[in-house]
Amino acid sequence: MLNAHFKKDLPTFDLEVDISLSNGILALVGPSGAGKTTILQCVAGLQTPSWGEINIHDKAVFSSDHGIDIPIRNRRIGYVFQDYALFPHMTVEKNVMYGKPKKGNIPNKALNVSNVLDMLKIGHLRNRYPNQISGGEKQRVALARALMTEPELLLLDEPLSALDQDTRSTLQQELLKLQTQWKIPFILVTHDVQEAEMLGDQIIKLDRGKQEEIKGIKKLHKAQ
Amino acid sequence: MIDLRGLDFSPLLISLRAVIIATIVTFFLGIAAACFVSGYRGKFKGLIDGVLTLPLVLPPTVVGFLLLLLFGKNGPLGKLLMAIGMTVIFSWPATVIAASVVAFPLMYRTVRSAFEQIDQNIINAARTLGVSEWKIFWKITIPLSWPGVAAGTVLAFARALGDFGATLMIGGNIPGKTLTIPAAIFFAAESGDMRKALVWVILIFVISLIVMTLMNYWTDYQSKMTATIGRR
Repeated sequence: MLNAHFKKDLPTFDLEVDISLSNGILALVGPSGAGKTTILQCVAGLQTPSWGEINIHDKAVFSSDHGIDIPIRNRRIGYVFQDYALFPHMTVEKNVMYGKPKKGNIPNKALNVSNVLDMLKIGHLRNRYPNQISGGEKQRVALARALMTEPELLLLDEPLSALDQDTRSTLQQELLKLQTQWKIPFILVTHDVQEAEMLGDQIIKLDRGKQEEIKGIKKLHKAQ
Repeated sequence: MIDLRGLDFSPLLISLRAVIIATIVTFFLGIAAACFVSGYRGKFKGLIDGVLTLPLVLPPTVVGFLLLLLFGKNGPLGKLLMAIGMTVIFSWPATVIAASVVAFPLMYRTVRSAFEQIDQNIINAARTLGVSEWKIFWKITIPLSWPGVAAGTVLAFARALGDFGATLMIGGNIPGKTLTIPAAIFFAAESGDMRKALVWVILIFVISLIVMTLMNYWTDYQSKMTATIGRR
């Protein structure tokens, strides 16, 4: 569960954010430079808001009033970057295992790398390097790597923008399936309104840092 | 055929000792300084970078003179060392200090440039995975900047081996103690012993070529094993 209410002063405009998400997928949609990625980075801890509060599962990870700013590595947030940001010198398996918590740190789930790789259909790529796999496969590896840390929230920064239409459609379905299986909130940044409508349980439209339009959409595919 | 009989080989041993220790010292100090400066966002960044690069642009005699002021018996570090019974000036550690100082900027600048070329998203991705900055440094930053680190090490080695001015200023030219190969070449040529000077020239040429070639092959091998396999 995420509650974020903060402001970030940017060079050309102020970003004002008011988000509440208990489960499902929140799609942030808007043109380039609207502040979508900045929201993700503030939630993840890669940037610091100028003012406000960010709570994950009722635990403050940032609060300007109380002087709280939990470091990125302790926020338990998965982040999938637009360009995947895979470690080029490591195999797929080592990439995925890189952030896996040590045994005992998180007792409630016993995550197995093989299960995650198989679930994302990349088990056969475990010994390959990032430059030896396709864009869609890289995206699955990035997802697997983020999920292996057992995050409480998953942030996806335009994860499908660099993919061809077929791969994109397949991965859209897989993201929906993954969210249902994993049962953690996802925040998805996209500039594609159709994609936002297809994937988002909630949609926030951003323009120059302002939340313009908020919709709660009941997805057709979930009703089916 | 050059006759090597009767040649005092101590300059070779003194040079090798100074160069090996200086390369090791600059390797770690250069990486640490590069890491600090690339991460530093304060207003003194330009000044700090300038100070760390200064030995590269100053004449070696000036560097030597400043070291003399620093490590001399009236210098701040010299006094400190005297208190624990150590004298640096005109002793073998002087050759190591001079070689380290002149070699340092090459290591620092090359590594810093390599660090700054790493895609910041890769580092940020590692941070979101919950690992420590220390692990990110050794498992991500160093492997990805390895070609730069290796190039910096080679350049530092070469500069340390070739130093003459700074070493002469604080080490002097005491045979068997502080006389390095470059100094031995100068003094042999100056006294008209061209045969001896030529032996040292050939020797330093061979050492440099062997080390550079080995380092290049090793870097190529490392690159093939790591970066080029995975680099996008």
